[in-house]
Amino acid sequence: MARAVPHKTKVFNTAVAGTIGFLMFFPILWILILSFKTEEDAIRAPFQVLFSSGWTMDSFATVQERSDYFKHFMNSVTISLGSTFLGLLIAIPAAWAMAFVPAKHTKDVLMWMLSTKMLPPVGVLVPIYLIFRDLGLLDTRVGLVFVLMMMNLPIIIWMLYTYFREIPGEILEAARMDGASLREEVLYVLTPMAVPGIASTVLLNIILSWNEAFWTLNLTAAKAAPLTAFIASYSSPEGLFYAKLSAASIMAIAPILIMGWFSQKQLVRGLTFGAVK
Amino acid sequence: MGQITLNKVRKCFGEVEVIPPLDLEINDGEFVVFVGPSGCGKSTLLRLIAGLEDVSDGEIRIDGAEATDVPPAKRGLAMVFQSYALYPHMSVRKNIAFPLRMAGLDKAAQDKKVEEAARVLNLTDYLERKPGQLSGGQRQRVAIGRAIVREPAAFLFDEPLSNLDAALRVGMRLEISELHKRLATTMIYVTHDQVEAMTMADKIVVLRAGNIEQVGSPLELYRNPRNLFVAGFIGSPKMNFVNGQEAAKHDAHTIGIRPEHTQVSTEGGDWPGVVGVSEHLGSDTFFHVTCEGFADPLTVRAGGEVDLHYGDKVFLTPDAAHLHRFDKEGLRL
Repeated sequence: MARAVPHKTKVFNTAVAGTIGFLMFFPILWILILSFKTEEDAIRAPFQVLFSSGWTMDSFATVQERSDYFKHFMNSVTISLGSTFLGLLIAIPAAWAMAFVPAKHTKDVLMWMLSTKMLPPVGVLVPIYLIFRDLGLLDTRVGLVFVLMMMNLPIIIWMLYTYFREIPGEILEAARMDGASLREEVLYVLTPMAVPGIASTVLLNIILSWNEAFWTLNLTAAKAAPLTAFIASYSSPEGLFYAKLSAASIMAIAPILIMGWFSQKQLVRGLTFGAVK
Repeated sequence: MGQITLNKVRKCFGEVEVIPPLDLEINDGEFVVFVGPSGCGKSTLLRLIAGLEDVSDGEIRIDGAEATDVPPAKRGLAMVFQSYALYPHMSVRKNIAFPLRMAGLDKAAQDKKVEEAARVLNLTDYLERKPGQLSGGQRQRVAIGRAIVREPAAFLFDEPLSNLDAALRVGMRLEISELHKRLATTMIYVTHDQVEAMTMADKIVVLRAGNIEQVGSPLELYRNPRNLFVAGFIGSPKMNFVNGQEAAKHDAHTIGIRPEHTQVSTEGGDWPGVVGVSEHLGSDTFFHVTCEGFADPLTVRAGGEVDLHYGDKVFLTPDAAHLHRFDKEGLRL
């Protein structure tokens, strides 16, 4: 909405907002700069880093040489896509039931699901670790897919529930009158209508699973380690090798950053779906 | 065939009984209108017949076969919703074809039926559009198209015209009536608008608080309303009711007289009164007249161009042949 604002105020506001934005973005920019420096340059004082002459891709090459980036990348892809789609398989029927045939305690169930997100994960680390050990799931992708799906399930269900609630019940009733079975009703009517909502749920969950570090670090060692574990491996054992650590970080966050960038519109549209009619 | 029988059908939502045990017989090919004020249970009754709500007690038979627990898709009924309930992501063609697709018809048969329905409903030019690109009346026709391609045993209409503007409503009313004449299929139509009920129905079912107050043809209900509620609900403008001394003269607790059965005169008559607001419709004029000793003003109908004004003194004379008498309980005498 347009409204009259004095020019001076506009300039001031823009400057303040720009500065805050830059400060927030700065760490990522700094990592990006450091990743193209040599280790010697990277540990200099900030201004010297910026104006030192050498720009190099050595760190990226070393990181790829020392640890198999592609393997970690594939683990991340498998785990984030796997947990998201497995989550959808469970969440779509659950959200359907809660949105269209609510029972007396549906609201309580929803709150309870959300409340599990308030529990610090470390509180259940030991039991889950032991269960994983006994079931032979430690350091497996299947195990991670499962645990991340469980962690994100409340969010997936909540999001889908909100989108489904926006779909008029009469349309589903019309499908029922038209002879659609429950499966056909969900497949041909509900899901296509909820596509924007489902898409943003999928995107958000891929991002959350991709960035999840607590469980991936605690439940993997080498075989199933995703990119989070890959970055972490550059922090302590290698000491403070800023350039390599930065290069590893950039390699780990780049895919999700690029995906997020391209899907921004969809993500925002999905998250504000139904907010304005 | 489309004969529907309700036997002691009862519906409760939790503790609340919205439809007390109710019997109703709908004959094949009949146009039945459920009419009543909002919240009277008319839509719930329709949804019970459709199978969209579970019956708490009693049984529903369709063409003689027990249908109480049959899912909606298997009842052979088609429904047109108030909100049209079109599938927004499908074209008009796909919307109309949806029930056929669900029934497993092959593509060619689907297309043939869709095109036939589109022709009947003047939708041929819009088949490739999405519902969002159509006007209200066109959407309504798509919803009807989706219902007729199934060749159902009966059509159920849930206040289908209430989202349309007045002019379009009159047009659609005629279209639906004509469709009924052409298809000769049972139609059950829910509305709160007694004009729709009077103009379309073969049989009107007047409902109040889930109870059937009266069942009959529009003229039967107009001529012989069983009680005060039906008398007041059927007819427009509504019937005038007079209590007290005037009613006692006719051996009744309440007498009812319709606006069209009252004479207005400036010279003399039974009830002297003063003209209040007048509504000039062109063909008719309705006067609201306050009569001495009457609690409420009476509405009377006069010819098109009657020269009476606010504050004029008039005399009203009810037509004795059309006087309705009711007892203390509101039942017809």
